[in-house]
Amino acid sequence: MVWNIISALVENKPGVLFRVSNMFRARNFNIESLSVGPTEQSDLSRITVTIDSDEHVAEQLVKQLRKLIDVVDVTQLATDNTVYRELALLKLKAVDPTSKMEIINLANVFRGKVVDVSKSSVMVEITGTPDKIDAFRRLVEHYGVVQLARTGVSALPRGVVYE
Amino acid sequence: MVELSGSQALMRALEKEGVDTVFGMPGGANLPMYDELTRTNIRHILVRHEQSAAHMADGYGRIKRKAGVCFATSGPGATNLVTGIGTAYMDSAPVVAVTGQVPRAMIGKDAFQECDIIGICSSITKYCFQPRSVAEVPEMVKKGFYIAESGRPGPVLIDIPKDVQQEVADVTFPEIIRVRGYSPHVDPDIEQVGKAVELLLNAERPMIMAGGGVHISGAFHELQALAELLMIPVVTTFKGKGAFPENHPLALGPIGMHGHEEANKLILEADVLLAIGARFSDRSVGKFDEFGQKMKIIHIDIDPAEIGKNKSVDAPVVGDVKASLRALVKMLTKRIAKKHGESTWIKHIKEVRDAVHSNFKDHPREITARKSLMKLRELLPPESIVTTEVGQCQMWTSLFFDIIQPGTFFSSTGLGTMGFGFPASIGAKAAKPDVHVVDIAGDGSFNMTENSLAVSVLDNLPVIVFLMNNFSLGMVAQWQRLFYDRRYIGIDLKNVPDYVKLAESYGAQGIRAQSMDELDKAIRVALKSDVATVIDIHIDPEEDVFPFVAPGTGLKDMITAA
Repeated sequence: MVWNIISALVENKPGVLFRVSNMFRARNFNIESLSVGPTEQSDLSRITVTIDSDEHVAEQLVKQLRKLIDVVDVTQLATDNTVYRELALLKLKAVDPTSKMEIINLANVFRGKVVDVSKSSVMVEITGTPDKIDAFRRLVEHYGVVQLARTGVSALPRGVVYE
Repeated sequence: MVELSGSQALMRALEKEGVDTVFGMPGGANLPMYDELTRTNIRHILVRHEQSAAHMADGYGRIKRKAGVCFATSGPGATNLVTGIGTAYMDSAPVVAVTGQVPRAMIGKDAFQECDIIGICSSITKYCFQPRSVAEVPEMVKKGFYIAESGRPGPVLIDIPKDVQQEVADVTFPEIIRVRGYSPHVDPDIEQVGKAVELLLNAERPMIMAGGGVHISGAFHELQALAELLMIPVVTTFKGKGAFPENHPLALGPIGMHGHEEANKLILEADVLLAIGARFSDRSVGKFDEFGQKMKIIHIDIDPAEIGKNKSVDAPVVGDVKASLRALVKMLTKRIAKKHGESTWIKHIKEVRDAVHSNFKDHPREITARKSLMKLRELLPPESIVTTEVGQCQMWTSLFFDIIQPGTFFSSTGLGTMGFGFPASIGAKAAKPDVHVVDIAGDGSFNMTENSLAVSVLDNLPVIVFLMNNFSLGMVAQWQRLFYDRRYIGIDLKNVPDYVKLAESYGAQGIRAQSMDELDKAIRVALKSDVATVIDIHIDPEEDVFPFVAPGTGLKDMITAA
């Protein structure tokens, strides 16, 4: 099993995300995360998919993506030459001041930000590789994770790419 | 720029694509386009169920090698097309389906006869369009035909809201279109061809497996040239049946679940397999892991996603089959002279084939599926088009009916759609009215779309339904006999309806054949007839199809008799 990041440039129009995700379902690809958003070109969106699979499966996923008419370009990104990040929001249970202080300190160590504090909770925003987010989560799990939201991975290859 | 309604724009765009025939049925949401159809020279063929419209367009498209067109209204009209669209998708057949949709403002409101046909068809079409303005119509139609017909062909859906059909606006008809995310690889990479050539030249026991891509590309001459140049025996997939003349000395016939015994045996002995426009389906090669472990595989296909999908290969060639075979032959002729004489491999092939043929034991009855099909072959001119229903009738055709002229056979081989053959044969007749068209049928399948008899009679598209009637769902019965200890359920059709009377009630001709003599006469009458003929041939419900590679097993596990 290899962790793969696949980046697809797709037409920015209604129904495209459906076609892509429907293909994953129809062809039995079990993806780990999917993120979608605008790019430097207004008529294109970027879909970033991560999948933990055999290399053969990732290769098929790339080919099946390329086959979709709305998909303009697909790249399988090499993790060692790619900047990839995910953003997570964690709402942690913190009633007493000690817990709150501890969470704030841990968030600082992970270069996270405290974005909301209430009487009984602290919300931390953390950006990084999925591994880093997993590590932070394990560290603070015992406080109680009230809610968690992750964006899925966004990625770009390093250096300049001339197309 | 001209001012046109959406329906006028649609008709003009269809005419620009050279559409001369549309199969369909009107309803609430496509009335504006039907109204406009009256002002064109396009022939409309009214079906009795939209599934048949899609199958007719499919049969028409496969024979013309350009997109067949079907029309349906929104909601149930559109959902009735789904089986036909799915059939075309699985067999890479070019079809453009045009559906009416509820008006734009009603979409998503669960309006009367609304359904999300684009959502439903997304995984069984190459692409779906829904113009939201009149101006978009011409470009979407042009793109639709381009996508349906080019590369690996397939169905395209164009879903037009009723108010877009009615609205009038300024439109232009583009001469050139560009689909940014779509550019089929036609010409093969010369390095890939070179690798394939090396493998072929070093092969001791080469074998060609010709698939449906040979039909789609029309590469019959190229295939024969290559096979004869290197003296390579040719098996086909079932979809590839008839890509190579089946009376040719190098032809071994179809492989697969109900492939020819010699083909299934000999393909496993090959050291180099050249797969051409084939997708290594489970139905053809059995268990993926077991198939071809020891052989080197060359795989030519226009769809890069087919390379390595089911089977990893040693030398892929991505490109159009015809262009790729031409490149192969060109490179090969520079390297070697045409092979003459018989290699030990060819001698061995002949021995195996002769042994299989001399061991064959037919069913004891006087009239059997095999004898019926051989009689049909004897009397039917080779240029006639033959299609089939699905089930035992289809597999008997695979086994016992040789296609002599390449490109004259097609069937629902991928989706295996019962009810396909009869409407598809009508579509084929519309595409090529000057030849005989025969649907080799079973009673179970024919039941599903037999109301197309009305179309065949009223639209003067006479085809022959060669109905091998065993009063049951024979293939299911065979499985229950073999795998479920004869616990029969849901298979007995009790010879209802009376097919002679059924045919007559539609104004067609019905002839019963209960002996080989009667069958001989019936075929001769049918071939002279100018109306559709149903030949009702009574065969034994317990006549099984053998050989049989049970699902989930490999070709080597083939069962040759009960």
